[in-house]
Amino acid sequence: MPAKIIETNQTPFERIAVDPITLDIIENALRNARTEMDATLFRTAMSPGIREQGDAFPLIAEKDGRMIVGQFGSFLDGFLKGYNGALEEGDVIWLSDPYSCEGAISHVNDWLIIMPIFRKGRVISWALHFGHQTDVGGKVPGSLPTDATSIYQEGIRIPPVKLYRKGEFQEDILRLVLANTRMTEWCRADLIAIVASCRIAERRVNEICDRFGDDLYVSACQDLLARNRRAMAQLIQTSISTEKLTFEDYICDDGRGFGPYKIKATMWREGEKVILDWEGTDPQSESSINFYLNENMLKMFFGVYMIMVFDPQILFNDGFYDLVEVRIPQGSLLKPDFPAALSCRTHALGRIFDVLGALLGQRAPEFLNAAGFSSSPHLMLSGRYRETGKYYQLFQIGFGGIPGRPFGDGADGHSLWPNFTNVPNEFLEAYFPLRIERYESIPDSGGAGKHRGGNGIRISYRFLEPGMFAIHDDRWFIKPWGVNGGDPGERSRKILVRANGATTILPSKCDDIAVQPGDLLHYDTWGGGGWGDPLDREADLVGLDVRLGLVSVEGAKRYGVVCAANGAVDLGATEALRAALRASRPAAGIFNTGGDVESLRARCEAETGLPAPVPPREQLVAHRMAAE
Amino acid sequence: MAYRLGVDVGGTFTDLLLLDDASGEAWREKVPSTPHDPSVAVVEGTLSVCGKAGVQPADVRLFMHGTTVATNTVLTSTGARVGLVTTEGYRQVLQVARSFVPGGLAGWIIWNKPPLIAPLDCTVEVPERIGADGAVVRPLDEAALRAALQNLKAQNVEAVTISFINSYLNDAHERRAGEIAREIFPDIPVSLSAQVLPEMYEYERALTTCANSYVRPRVAKYVHNLKTQLEASGMRANMNLLRSDAGLMSFEKAQESPVNLLMSGPAGGVAGALWVCQQSGFKNLLTVDVGGTSTDVALIENAHPRVTRDTECGDLKVRATSLDIRTVGAGGGSIAQVNPLTGALRVGPESAGAVPGPVCYSKGGDKPTVTDANVVLGYLPEELLGGAMKLDRPAAAASLQPLADSLGVSLQQAAKGVYDIVNENMMGALRLISVQQGYDPREFALVAFGGAGPLHANALGRLLGSWPVIVPPSPGVLCAFGDATTRLRAERARSLTKTFADMTDADVARYLDELANEVAQELEAEGVPRSDQELILEAGVRYSGQAFEVALPVKRDQFTGNGLQQLGDAFDAEHLRAFTFKLDADRELVTLRATALGKASNIQATQLPTRAAKGGWPFGKKKDGDLSDAIIRNHRLWADGEEHDAVIYDRAKLRAGDKINGPAIVSEMDSTTVILPGHAAEVDSHGLLLIRPV
Repeated sequence: MPAKIIETNQTPFERIAVDPITLDIIENALRNARTEMDATLFRTAMSPGIREQGDAFPLIAEKDGRMIVGQFGSFLDGFLKGYNGALEEGDVIWLSDPYSCEGAISHVNDWLIIMPIFRKGRVISWALHFGHQTDVGGKVPGSLPTDATSIYQEGIRIPPVKLYRKGEFQEDILRLVLANTRMTEWCRADLIAIVASCRIAERRVNEICDRFGDDLYVSACQDLLARNRRAMAQLIQTSISTEKLTFEDYICDDGRGFGPYKIKATMWREGEKVILDWEGTDPQSESSINFYLNENMLKMFFGVYMIMVFDPQILFNDGFYDLVEVRIPQGSLLKPDFPAALSCRTHALGRIFDVLGALLGQRAPEFLNAAGFSSSPHLMLSGRYRETGKYYQLFQIGFGGIPGRPFGDGADGHSLWPNFTNVPNEFLEAYFPLRIERYESIPDSGGAGKHRGGNGIRISYRFLEPGMFAIHDDRWFIKPWGVNGGDPGERSRKILVRANGATTILPSKCDDIAVQPGDLLHYDTWGGGGWGDPLDREADLVGLDVRLGLVSVEGAKRYGVVCAANGAVDLGATEALRAALRASRPAAGIFNTGGDVESLRARCEAETGLPAPVPPREQLVAHRMAAE
Repeated sequence: MAYRLGVDVGGTFTDLLLLDDASGEAWREKVPSTPHDPSVAVVEGTLSVCGKAGVQPADVRLFMHGTTVATNTVLTSTGARVGLVTTEGYRQVLQVARSFVPGGLAGWIIWNKPPLIAPLDCTVEVPERIGADGAVVRPLDEAALRAALQNLKAQNVEAVTISFINSYLNDAHERRAGEIAREIFPDIPVSLSAQVLPEMYEYERALTTCANSYVRPRVAKYVHNLKTQLEASGMRANMNLLRSDAGLMSFEKAQESPVNLLMSGPAGGVAGALWVCQQSGFKNLLTVDVGGTSTDVALIENAHPRVTRDTECGDLKVRATSLDIRTVGAGGGSIAQVNPLTGALRVGPESAGAVPGPVCYSKGGDKPTVTDANVVLGYLPEELLGGAMKLDRPAAAASLQPLADSLGVSLQQAAKGVYDIVNENMMGALRLISVQQGYDPREFALVAFGGAGPLHANALGRLLGSWPVIVPPSPGVLCAFGDATTRLRAERARSLTKTFADMTDADVARYLDELANEVAQELEAEGVPRSDQELILEAGVRYSGQAFEVALPVKRDQFTGNGLQQLGDAFDAEHLRAFTFKLDADRELVTLRATALGKASNIQATQLPTRAAKGGWPFGKKKDGDLSDAIIRNHRLWADGEEHDAVIYDRAKLRAGDKINGPAIVSEMDSTTVILPGHAAEVDSHGLLLIRPV
């Protein structure tokens, strides 16, 4: 039964004409309001994941819950369908259960606040905001257990509850939840900051209504949705074919030795509608890499990717949703059955972007970017100081290489996630028992191309106190592919050097690794794939990268460039090498994945130092054998 | 006799203001700027204004100057080739930066990273390490450092930056490295990060110090040149530049830390606007400075401009104290277009700049701009006072017509749309500094200046509800006022980052005494005796765990027992005001800051005569309220959906007490004021136009 919204004023809004200029003004005013939501949260939140890195997503929706400004599309639809209760003025909803909102948030670390904005007895808008909490309890610090087999192991799961009931704060609920996290103060502060940012949105919406009138505001929201729809309809018509296009990519493993997991999508147009069908995606995993993919969020990703190169200033909204149909097989990695574990969905979330980019770019290779979104590498560290016994816990997100793009080289060690930043190392050292000995991009890790893929990053953590860490990363087995003749980027890897010098290569996903003072972790992320033929890159640019230390003298040869350590190019030798390479290489396809899964499997141990993952279909066999 | 001289160098004019410290009497001069060597106009103007006053340059005791030389160096990418020395493992501190990609989701698809301010081939790393407790983890390897510096020498760097990890806690390695660098590079400037910015966050500190290095040679050359020229003219004054935070610093200091000059020019405008408005009793102000490509806005509360720790200049965002001036890419030259796909009207941030400029300037511009919209609407008359240039209205109309066609509206409606949208963009910036900081714009007056500010002022006042809208006379003179009336200033901060529980009132009192003493000594060295100094103390507080602190005023005397308690309460109250909530969490004292200010000048505001007081012709002849002698001509302008009859007035002929009913235009040499229908402007006794709804 859908949510019942109790409005004391039954008068329907009057649909009135809005001139195009007023429309732009309202759009700008809402854009400013969203910026203020961000600013309020970042200034007042406490966890590094939110205050330094920006792992939080605000939005403002129109009266029926469709997003007008925001990033990931509306979080509201699934909640409204599934909430079996009434909403009144002054109510503020809090939830973290992905199964309660059709995956609008996708793991229980994300705390979502939903605030209906009532005005004169009617809902005129909605403010929503969610942020990733450093810890929500469960079996491991950070609440992202790789080996979880159900959501019950992943920390406290909050169904939609009223944090405010008719304006009254429900302190008991907060106390109940906070008792279930390891980081009570951060969670409390961050939650209150999220609510504060929604209050800011509420104020701004009210001001806009004061200025223009309620009917005009509501009408303008409808017009903004319609405007977006018109633009998207035209784009879809001109750039999506009725012919079916397919792309598949993989999550390398599930943290339990099985992998890779295939994510497959097929895209085509029927009339004015685009179909995105994920048939062929592997069944859900028994571990926590499942990603409960919200259909609306995927539509938003699709839309933003489509339009970014055409009108970057546009404020994307939900208006075009009926132009996109998303089909996701129930029980697959992207729509797992309850109570599948979901905490480590970040790898699949990243992979969705690579797959979407590849699908959209196939028809327009000039708009095709290489692979780069590969994951959102996490480090979770916790322990107690020996002297004081004080508990510490860190959740940090790393970054890799931006892929080579039609617009130019990918940046080294930058964020593909919107508005994210890294944690300053001096901050880490001041607040955690760590010394960051090295923080730099890894030469040659970006895929060669006419436009080079960005390099991945090496962070070398020296541990100063005993503790435990967990790592979640991907792209250690399947390479970040290059396009239009570009090479794949380097894969990620994690190396633990004990104080006594013993060195281990760690799996890309692992929990509960105990460390002692003096141990050192090299955390290497992936490089972005290359775009275009590396032999077409200006030799001087390759020489410059060598001089800057971003490409090695040896690595320059992938571009067919022979140069000295100072980057001085030997033109004769370069010409000869390029000619030889051109003559000997096979013809390039659109995508260069660096080999199929079987050949990667065969070379895995030699190249990565880790055993090849076992195909997921053999899990059942393994289970049966274990049972016997 | 002691005089002070304020000088503002603008793109077109150099304005000078000479003040007699004793009597408060003032003399003005305006000479054409000399962009190839700005000091030529400065010296020429100085001699001229001294001549007017009948004094010698040697009689000038204080020379005060707001400059855009650092700003322009950054905006035109013409700074030094900067060498950077980092801790081993951190050579790419600028390359990786904060990993931030602008543009939101999928913004990375179209973003290209701008070049580094210190290129990687001019960056070297050396073995050394300070820990997070300030202790030496690894000693500085001096031999390796020397070898690395020799490499930099081979790269022909023009300025050297040293920025080591955790140097904000212990700068011993940086200082030693600085000594060695000065040995190896005796002729080029060396900047140390712990001196330029003794604060946590390695990227921000390195970037800020590199920015300092980047502008340092140009600023040093400019300052040296100016000083030499002025001294040759006989001047013996204490010479100072206006800093980004509207304090003053000596020429010598400016050559060491020019990163504090990036907002020098705009700060002069804000300081001048404040001074001028304060004479008429306005202390709460929103300032709007509209130029050709951008608009700068700032908020002044109770006669104090808000200050921020970040300075933004083009792509560069550094940690240096400046007035909280926000810039939006919206100005007279901003280009208007209709996006073919979405059908949305966009204005800026692309700008036609000075070249080719707006279409109506007839200098080759063919894209419609905000200025063209102003011409079409009749806000900007074709004939400008004092300007040799005539604006081409038909060409402006022709350039806007395609926009009107694709929007399906009339030409005037399209022009009004451009005008409204650019106003909305400006309002977005004003909102950031007001509403977002918890201030209600309706409690502020709005003061507009810059070439195009007075065109948009009335409309902005209406959007924000900020009344009166104040238009001070002549924008150039305004900055010179700001320069001349600024007080000498010295500032020191101490980074603490300790929870209140770990401190006592006695600790805080001791730190404050140390800081206060340091700033007092610095001003004494500049020639200001302690008896003439004013001391301001400030504490930066946050809840333990937050990233940003809130600055709060403190008094030395309060820390005698429950001072920290009082400070905590004040912080809670401010947090509640700004962010809608407070927390029951540990509070943390992040920084203490002391600022010493020199004596304020006692300059008297200009008194504009009233018509009655003036007596004889032309002012006394007409009956009260008759402004006919100030009328240039009749005119028509478009507002509120229709065309109106309007009158153009000559500002120079207006007198105190005059009242102009809108719609009207007031024209002066370097700006034009629009008074919209339903509003009226009153000329106050200091010559300000005060616009209010009727």
